[in-house]
Amino acid sequence: MRYLPLTDDNRAEMLAAIGAKSAEDMYCDVPAEALLKAPLDLPFHAGEMEVEKTISALAAKNLSPSSHPSFLGAGAYRHHVPASVDYLIQRGEFLTAYTPYQPEVSQGTLQYLYEFQTQVALLTGMDVANASMYDGATACAEAVLMASRVTRKHRAVLAGGLHPHYRDVTINSTRLLGIELVGPDSDPCRAALASSVIDLIDDKTSCVVVQSPDLFGRIIDLEPIAKAAHAKGALLIAVTTEVISLGLLEAPGNQGADIVVGEGQSLGNSLNFGGPYVGLFATRSKLVRQMPGRVTGQTQDVEGQRGWVLTLSTREQHIRREKATSNICTNSGLCALAFTIHSALLGEEGLSRLARINHANACKLADLLAKVDGVEVLNDSFFNEFTVKLSKNANDVAEALAERGILGGVPVSRLLHDRDDLANMMLIAATECTSDDDMAQLITALTSVLSEVL
Amino acid sequence: MADVSQGRSNVPAGGSQTAQTQTISGSKGLDFAEPLIFEMGHAGRVGVDLDDVEVSDDRLNGKRRAEKIGLPDLSEPQVVRHYTRLSQKNYGIDSGFYPLGSCTMKHNPRVNEKLARLPGLGDLHPMQPTSSVQGALELIDSLADWLKTLCGMPAIAMSPAAGAHGELCGMMAIKAAIEARGEGETRKRVLVPESAHGTNPATAAACGFSVDSIPANAQGRVDLAAFKAKLGDDVAGIMLTNPNTCGLFESDIIDIADAIHEAGGYFYCDGANFNAIMGRIRPGDLGIDCMHLNLHKTFSTPHGGGGPGAGPVVLSEALAPFAPLPYVVHGEDGFDLIEHMSDSDAKPFGRLKGFHGQMGVFVRSLAFILSHGADGLLQASSDAVLSANYLRCQLQDDMSVPFEGMCMHEVLFDDTFLQGTDVTTLDFAKAMIDEGFHPMTMYFPLVVHGALLMEPTESESKETLDLYIKTLKGLIEKVKAGDVQLFKNAPVLTPRRRLDETAAARKPVLRWTPPNAEE
Repeated sequence: MRYLPLTDDNRAEMLAAIGAKSAEDMYCDVPAEALLKAPLDLPFHAGEMEVEKTISALAAKNLSPSSHPSFLGAGAYRHHVPASVDYLIQRGEFLTAYTPYQPEVSQGTLQYLYEFQTQVALLTGMDVANASMYDGATACAEAVLMASRVTRKHRAVLAGGLHPHYRDVTINSTRLLGIELVGPDSDPCRAALASSVIDLIDDKTSCVVVQSPDLFGRIIDLEPIAKAAHAKGALLIAVTTEVISLGLLEAPGNQGADIVVGEGQSLGNSLNFGGPYVGLFATRSKLVRQMPGRVTGQTQDVEGQRGWVLTLSTREQHIRREKATSNICTNSGLCALAFTIHSALLGEEGLSRLARINHANACKLADLLAKVDGVEVLNDSFFNEFTVKLSKNANDVAEALAERGILGGVPVSRLLHDRDDLANMMLIAATECTSDDDMAQLITALTSVLSEVL
Repeated sequence: MADVSQGRSNVPAGGSQTAQTQTISGSKGLDFAEPLIFEMGHAGRVGVDLDDVEVSDDRLNGKRRAEKIGLPDLSEPQVVRHYTRLSQKNYGIDSGFYPLGSCTMKHNPRVNEKLARLPGLGDLHPMQPTSSVQGALELIDSLADWLKTLCGMPAIAMSPAAGAHGELCGMMAIKAAIEARGEGETRKRVLVPESAHGTNPATAAACGFSVDSIPANAQGRVDLAAFKAKLGDDVAGIMLTNPNTCGLFESDIIDIADAIHEAGGYFYCDGANFNAIMGRIRPGDLGIDCMHLNLHKTFSTPHGGGGPGAGPVVLSEALAPFAPLPYVVHGEDGFDLIEHMSDSDAKPFGRLKGFHGQMGVFVRSLAFILSHGADGLLQASSDAVLSANYLRCQLQDDMSVPFEGMCMHEVLFDDTFLQGTDVTTLDFAKAMIDEGFHPMTMYFPLVVHGALLMEPTESESKETLDLYIKTLKGLIEKVKAGDVQLFKNAPVLTPRRRLDETAAARKPVLRWTPPNAEE
């Protein structure tokens, strides 16, 4: 077996050295009835070529967004990742390192995490960020838990435009700890967005969770919500599922947010059918000791040279056990590396241009779609994704488009399942990868699908 | 697995060694002095060529960014060199032996990386119509089948993102099962051995349970009598690692399972150490109700400097109905995804993360599993256990083994062999770094003094193990010879020497700030 360096004569010699006659002897502490008597009924080993064939065959059964026009978003976005990102993250010293518990031989990981934390803090307009969470949805849940620790209050207000996965993960994480969640229904047609959450804030509110751009793509003015929250001693948690938007939109930290969480997949990370992604978590300095997750800090070595270590670990499970701020241990280190390299390549100017291209393409696409019979664009504001109301069931339309080789958009019902009023609505995204030809193909196909009897 | 050195002073009490060779540039040969990216930027540079599109009539609701972000501007060659240089300051399993106990640092095959990036896998959007992702769903289903068969369990939850997330999944399933029995308000106590990973008690607390610690016996295993004495109708379950964190198989495990079930509780097993028993022992045969598998340990997906991982959880019949959303089913027209409560004919406890799970990790794990097959996985476990026992037997006369007998895939030593020498476990570990080895896990588990936990895995040749043994014996000779300063100063051959962790925690500097913004 190509991955196993021990040979049969090595094994014999080592068994003799430990005083065992066979491998079975090493399992002498296992109850006899628990030891399998025969090998499991599963295939035996395979060579590299064979494994490649098997998995490539599975890949070939899927419709690849790289070779078909795709307008899918809803919290995961297709962006062009420069080749050097993927090359660099595969350097073995990054790829095959463990968590940097021995800082003297982990300065590479620690320095890039420190750079990542700085980039996230800058993008969100916050003071500090952690070294990543699993994804945006789990980061959102952790933020709501943190708000209860900070405010010692246990009722959170979730805005209607919060991504349903984020909402569901938050419900799941808070329910068992007695945190109550309230909020208006999701409604892409509602006009007075701010008042729908402001009206729910009271003295018992620990935090208000607002996503912008929201699920339907709308850009929310966070400032009045922040003021209302702060007036009642509650925190504002701002959520973004498309980090590229921060290249063009006012940072949540400049609008009064106390915690900013988000999905960082768009920078450096491919879609991967939904994971692994990279959760972003940033907050104010004064709240840092309630922040969950690993964090890297600057220090000096015994020769006075600048270096980095994991720090504030007295918040974490391996020290605090049941009193920890979170049970998180493994995070998304390598995805954070991809994020940080892509951000370094873009820089200030590159990220600004990328964001403008995304917005320009979405504007162009929205204008084209608005002219199609049976399509109504619902948004007044958006970044690179918006909601359309179709004359037919959006799920049926998505399937019909997929049959034509087009990944048309995410039916809202895929996320908000039991709402008849949303059955014809679809989320449509455009990024820098969306060409004029892609748009033309969508318009042609959609025109045809909407005019046919499905 | 965490070591617990953070927070304790890492700085030797004695003075530092004289400075090494000074250079003008600050670099020392291949050890480059590398600034932060924020210290390298220069307006006008860019690392990605993009058109400068102006959006005059934007639709941003008046929320267009007014000020700059503050990101540095760099060209592509600068970025490539920066991260290449940073990588050279890291130790990975590709670099050398990494016997970090409880972490299973085994070889990460590169074909797995290649396959995870295939078009049709790496670029799939999670919200594509299920008809367009049949191969992806088949892959998840196929991996699920392998894992269920290896564990002898009827069901699996694939979505947890890491080991601790899997623990959360398992304990939430237990909570849901208890609530379904109408005992949610009465069964609130979870039993956790004192040797457990810190994530175990943290997870129990995150599910609203209280944690009750179970002592270990003189053989490094759960004290069965003490455990039984703690059972009662307020107990929700036990969280037990098996093989345990002392590297030992819990020989009373079937009795433990019977007792917890008899008391009306459930058995959560932390599967971090599954690498010891693949293909030889099925957790399902031990009476376990749920167990997470760390795909980034046992099934070889790269740790990536701390993630991403994946922590699927195998479930017994009793807990299967409560598995979280989403999950893959065999439908009429192929595979389907159940994403909503109203589409489920079971009782899912909820959702754990966005989308469907760590697909990129699944592809790598399945490639690893198919490469080994049932025979190779069994051999890998045997080799891992053999290598750990070989280290134990070769080192037990020089170091101190707290618990006699065969170990599983990791071997635990305590610091008795260092007593009276002024050399601590930490000092000893740092001296190993200068010898080119990554240290073992230190100060964990907490049940022995100054723990040194070594996990060689199946990936090391006998030559590497022998060099490691020879090196440790040589270091112990130096301890005995009273060469304390060597250990107090170590490491001296690394890009940085010992770092001041106390200062880092006392006055945290967690990000770069522009020089003119500093107070």
